[in-house]
Amino acid sequence: MRYSGFRVLKEGLTGNKGWGKAWREPDPKPEYDIVIIGGGGHGLATAFYLAKEFGLTNVAVLEKGWLGSGNIGRNTTIIRSNYMLPGNEPFYEFSLKLWENLEQETNYNAMVSQRSILNLFHTDGQRDAFVRRANAMLLAGADAELADAAQLRQELPFLDFDNARFPIKGGLFQRRGGTVRHDAVAWGYARAADSRGVDIIQNCEVTGFQIENGTCTGVETSRGPIRAKKVAMCVAGSSGRVAAMAGMRLPIESHVLQAFVTEGLKPVLPGVVTFGAGHFYVSQSDKGGLVFGGDIDGYNSYAQRGNLPVVEDVCEGGMAIMPMIGRARLLRSWGGIMDMSMDGSPFIDKTHIDGLYFNGGWCYGGFKATPASGFCYAHLLAKDEPHPTATELRLDRFITGNMIDEKGMGNQPNLH
Amino acid sequence: MNQINRLPGGLIDRTEEVKFQFNDKWMRGYPGDTLASALMANGQLLVGRSFKYHRPRGVFTAGSEEPNALVQLRRRAAQEPNTRATVVELFEGLYATSQNHRGSLEHDLLAVNDLFAPFLSAGFYYKTFMWPKAFWEKLYEPIIRSAAGLGRLSMQEDPDSYDKGFLHCDLLVIGAGPAGLAAALTAGRSGARVILADEDFRPGGRLNAETLELDGMAGHHWAAQAVAELSAMGNVRLMARTTVYGAYDHGVYGALERCTDHLAQSDGKPRQVLWRIYSKRAVLAAGATERPIAFGNNDRPGILLAGAMRTYANRYAVAPGKQVAVFTNNDDGWRTAADLYAKGVEITAIVDSRDGPALLDIPGARHYGGQAVMDTVGRKGIKSITLTDGKVIPCDGLAVSGGWNPNVHLTCHQRGRPEWREDLCAFVPGGDLPPGMVVAGAANGAMTLAAALSEGAVKASAQIQDLGITPKGGDMPQAEDEPRETSAFWHVKASKKRAWVDLQNDVTVKDVKLANTEGFRSVELLKRYTTMGMATDQGKTSNIAGLAILAEQAGKTIPEVGTTIFRPPYTPVPLGALAGRARGTDFRPYRLTPSHKWAEENGASFVTVGNWLRAEWYTRPGEKGWRDSVDREASQTRTTVGICDVTTLGKIDIQGKDAGAFLDMVYANTFSTLKVGRVRYGLMLREDGICYDDGTTARMGENHYVTTTTTANAVVVFRRMEFVRQCLCPDMDVHLISITDGWAQFAVAGPKSRDLLRKVIDAEHDISNEAFPFMSCGPVTVCGGTPARLFRISFSGEMAFELAVPARYGNAMMAVLNEAGKEFDATPYGTEALGVMRIEKGHCTGNELTGQTTAHNIGLGKMVSQKKACIGNVLSQRPEMIRDDAVRLVGFRPVDRSRKLIAGSHFITKGDAANMANDQGWMTSVAYSPNLGYSIGLGFIKQGQDRMGEIVRAVSPIHGTDMEVEIVSPHFVDPEGERLRG
Amino acid sequence: MIINHPLLGPRDVAEFVYLGDAALIDRPDWQAPDAQAQFHAYGYLRDNPAGAHRELWYHEQGDRSWLVVTRDTVTHEISKVELARDVARARGRSK
Repeated sequence: MRYSGFRVLKEGLTGNKGWGKAWREPDPKPEYDIVIIGGGGHGLATAFYLAKEFGLTNVAVLEKGWLGSGNIGRNTTIIRSNYMLPGNEPFYEFSLKLWENLEQETNYNAMVSQRSILNLFHTDGQRDAFVRRANAMLLAGADAELADAAQLRQELPFLDFDNARFPIKGGLFQRRGGTVRHDAVAWGYARAADSRGVDIIQNCEVTGFQIENGTCTGVETSRGPIRAKKVAMCVAGSSGRVAAMAGMRLPIESHVLQAFVTEGLKPVLPGVVTFGAGHFYVSQSDKGGLVFGGDIDGYNSYAQRGNLPVVEDVCEGGMAIMPMIGRARLLRSWGGIMDMSMDGSPFIDKTHIDGLYFNGGWCYGGFKATPASGFCYAHLLAKDEPHPTATELRLDRFITGNMIDEKGMGNQPNLH
Repeated sequence: MNQINRLPGGLIDRTEEVKFQFNDKWMRGYPGDTLASALMANGQLLVGRSFKYHRPRGVFTAGSEEPNALVQLRRRAAQEPNTRATVVELFEGLYATSQNHRGSLEHDLLAVNDLFAPFLSAGFYYKTFMWPKAFWEKLYEPIIRSAAGLGRLSMQEDPDSYDKGFLHCDLLVIGAGPAGLAAALTAGRSGARVILADEDFRPGGRLNAETLELDGMAGHHWAAQAVAELSAMGNVRLMARTTVYGAYDHGVYGALERCTDHLAQSDGKPRQVLWRIYSKRAVLAAGATERPIAFGNNDRPGILLAGAMRTYANRYAVAPGKQVAVFTNNDDGWRTAADLYAKGVEITAIVDSRDGPALLDIPGARHYGGQAVMDTVGRKGIKSITLTDGKVIPCDGLAVSGGWNPNVHLTCHQRGRPEWREDLCAFVPGGDLPPGMVVAGAANGAMTLAAALSEGAVKASAQIQDLGITPKGGDMPQAEDEPRETSAFWHVKASKKRAWVDLQNDVTVKDVKLANTEGFRSVELLKRYTTMGMATDQGKTSNIAGLAILAEQAGKTIPEVGTTIFRPPYTPVPLGALAGRARGTDFRPYRLTPSHKWAEENGASFVTVGNWLRAEWYTRPGEKGWRDSVDREASQTRTTVGICDVTTLGKIDIQGKDAGAFLDMVYANTFSTLKVGRVRYGLMLREDGICYDDGTTARMGENHYVTTTTTANAVVVFRRMEFVRQCLCPDMDVHLISITDGWAQFAVAGPKSRDLLRKVIDAEHDISNEAFPFMSCGPVTVCGGTPARLFRISFSGEMAFELAVPARYGNAMMAVLNEAGKEFDATPYGTEALGVMRIEKGHCTGNELTGQTTAHNIGLGKMVSQKKACIGNVLSQRPEMIRDDAVRLVGFRPVDRSRKLIAGSHFITKGDAANMANDQGWMTSVAYSPNLGYSIGLGFIKQGQDRMGEIVRAVSPIHGTDMEVEIVSPHFVDPEGERLRG
Repeated sequence: MIINHPLLGPRDVAEFVYLGDAALIDRPDWQAPDAQAQFHAYGYLRDNPAGAHRELWYHEQGDRSWLVVTRDTVTHEISKVELARDVARARGRSK
């Protein structure tokens, strides 16, 4: 069924009785060409692009819980491509371009809203680094814009310009950045992949790998064994646990990142704003809630909850740059488990086991990468060679010393 | 308007009246009222508009679970959106307005949405607004956004202040209803340190709302007595107006105390206090929340939960009307009929979905057993109900009871999952509670008064016994077990009209059914697709009905479908309270240098460096801009002498027999071979082989070194050194002390630096070039015996010294140095001139050592010893990190010397297109060199060491610039280093 | 969270700084023939268990002790707290 305004009108007039299932609920078949482990944003996107771009539809997505139950459903919905390093920037810009056509490609309104993202800076050193970054973005074909304090005062008069501990000196805009209705991304990809023949199997937990002579030939699941020519891990947040079943140790630690939303408010914020002297980033959802976050709690965790020091630290950051939010109320907080990698950058690569592929290590930047991650993973799975924008996202880069360390924090995951 | 709906009695103070305004209309109420009860008393049933359909809505509950009656409280900067009228205490002059309507509350233009409801079903927006593509941001989304949202922020800085506090206790009791009071009394009488917190301004919970008796005493009297007893106990802290909003790890609870919200003005006091409560044990006695039943047009003003209606009648002495009907699926609903009747309200009908005899005989009230309410009439206030048999019954109020849900919220904050209890038709706390917590009373499914009292006492006894405290005085008064039979009845299937499940977010039974049809079958998917339970009340009244309808549609039982769990906070917490005092200039503390005062008095302007404030330059008379000052300071330092406070650099005192070996381990180069009285530059790597920090280390004695770090890394380097000391080399004889704040340190740089210092340093210390050459160090005295340390090191490239004195002498030392320097035309200089001179000398700072830089990149690859164990040397040799064509740090100058270089420019080989594939590197730091008379820069460029003299393009597309620059040595001034040895 | 410091008693986690897996104490021999491979595993690969995890915390706002804390990464329950120096010695580290 194709969604459209006309369809909404027609159904509205006939009692909304004609809407069908958004996706099938198939039982797993005994064998597939490709089995994707993980029905989150990246896994569903991978399935969609495998079908759409590479014509591979004998594909199953296995999801332990309900689809989209991982970090696609618990993030701060920001999209952007304001990266600096050559290993990253082309990939994220590719992702942003895919976001720009997402709804037309999937026939699902995920509310991709290019309302801009602004990174504030507060020192000359930060400004120099942002100029370098902005130029890298422009050289990679992305957009960037530098604003001084006077211009920001015009555009965002509610920021604290006059009484700030760390005065705002300016900011880096990416106008094409913005937000997306996160759950709808999973649903859109799921529906579009399903309609092309991909089996999306919920409540199907992978419990082991079938590995014969160094080749992966399938998976064991809570719904029985499934054979596959290729098995694709796509379980960021649980990568350590799943990879351990294949005997792998990864350059990844699992950490919890909290996110927050306020009660609904009439429009306050035009776009995304990030603080440069504390841990705080914020946008406003279409429903009106301020959606914000900060730093990870900082200790290894598989518990989807955080603790108070970070909650307070993040709100301090918020009040420091926009003291007009003091009377808005925090409505809900939640925690998601992040694959924190050793250089802050992800992996899309083959593993040392034939037929077993790995996608993970997204730290807390996985949401914005969803389309490109899916596209590039599909490319790797279909052609056995990396997509041109993802050649550096290798698992062996710490052996060779070719790290992609945007923040320069080294091999300590909780600092990225 | 007078108080037309006021009843007799109640726990309000009728001796004085309180005047307040709603939508600019003056009204009157009494102390003890909430805004909601006062509005109801004044006949103001229409209070707000719903989120999506802008339906007229009135007060629905009597507590923090309120979905409908949200108002904007107070005015101007103090305006507080989305405030639940049901928890706002009435105060003189209170000002509130309704929200979320265009036009007036009575005539909301957006009420037109209600007519389009068939087209606005669950998730409709995911299916449309996609064409044309550009219209989303330009047209659809702005319209949606302006219609969405609820209340408004003032857009002004929050005028109130907030505090934070920390409390410790043996037992935290959450909720001061019957179970909580019993728990607190038991623990308090036993001598335990108790905190009893309740969100209400009047502790007592349902005791204040019911007519039940304890020991023959009115419930609210007993509660008041218990409160008095607890208040008199030194070991009990009773906190009213305090919501425990979150259960965090290891017995830590977050609580918000509202200190001045019930007053017209804060008068400088903190509005709220955010408490962090450290408890050894906790009793959750949070009570229960009533839930509605879904039927056609069940959202009209005048329709209230039955228990809330009772609260209004008994506690606040108000009712929404004169003729009230009751619709219930359980025994408890009948109490509402009885209590209202006792207050003189006519009960027109008692509709019980259960087919059975009348439970109570209420004169005038007709009992309709086995029936349900199918529809209602009355757009801005209910006028009648229609039963399933078609009978229409007039009424101006309807009390609905669908049973009660235990308030399990805090039991879920650590991923605990509630369990279904068939006899209660409700979820109760599961087994996986936060460690240290037990649950008592209605929150635990003990729904009757007697059961709640006894469970509170018993559970508290067990908790304190666990802590080794002997319980005493746990006897609780006699109370009855009132009838609480209930039935599973969630929505009226015969109803064809829209039946609301989530009132605030306008989610109806049809929406839930549609979500199920479309495959959103997990309760989490249902919630996300329909937005059920996502409003400001977080589904406190709606979630279970939604779940039940989903289960029914899917042909499953409720426990099979499962439940969503609750996350903090229990009720919303203002961001201002969570931030506390850390805002504005108090966001983080200031660190001031020892000479800060002198600098202030001498024309310094300051810059933030981490938490430090440092002098960035000193303005002299006649200087028009910062460049004038900085150029002068840099030139003067190179021609006479300059003085700069460099205290902010980290200083670490390292002592012990193994101090040298320790430094060999933490630095890439060697220090054990350094002679006493000498200083050496050190490069520190991370274990991954990347440059971490650099600085100088002075050997003050055989077993004594003083190391300096960069300002930015002072803390982390010290931390890393302690790691090496304790975790890697635990038997080394070495001790570390941070002395950053203990010593004030000044750079004295320039050709006249020695002359100046000779005037300050006591004469017995020979600081001639022969006795104290470049890279010397040693103890000296200044100004007639004051102990000091002298280091002959140079960041500026001039002959230079750094003089350290105990920090308390820092400001005086700065004054003395400048006074002594007058005859040499000395100048103080700030961080900007410091930066200019270091660029002129090609020294690295944070702009170069970004955490991505190898020693190889900065031409110091050979410094990384491969002949000893040290942090980082092994991984620094990975192939990609020592490539010949890696970027190298070099100098740059513009071919056209009049042009200004830009830090952050990227380098492109001449003739190549400017794109990422051709990116050769970037400019890290630039400055105007007053000594050379043109702009100079440092930067990284591929294979820079082999490209001296090459002209490349420095492009900065963000500025639209593209200029030719020449690759030169990074040592722009005195490349041979003759001056610093002079 | 609260860490029960072996010398100072229970302390709020905000006083501490986290580093990571206590295996970081087991630093390889720089002279081993496969030193680079060993250091790669030491510096980059992690067990990352869901369950009991021995990990390093530094009491920065306190006595500057490095501690080895055994904490469950799913429940956050802390079952053991040791001085890292004692652990290091027990694992054969010396100078």
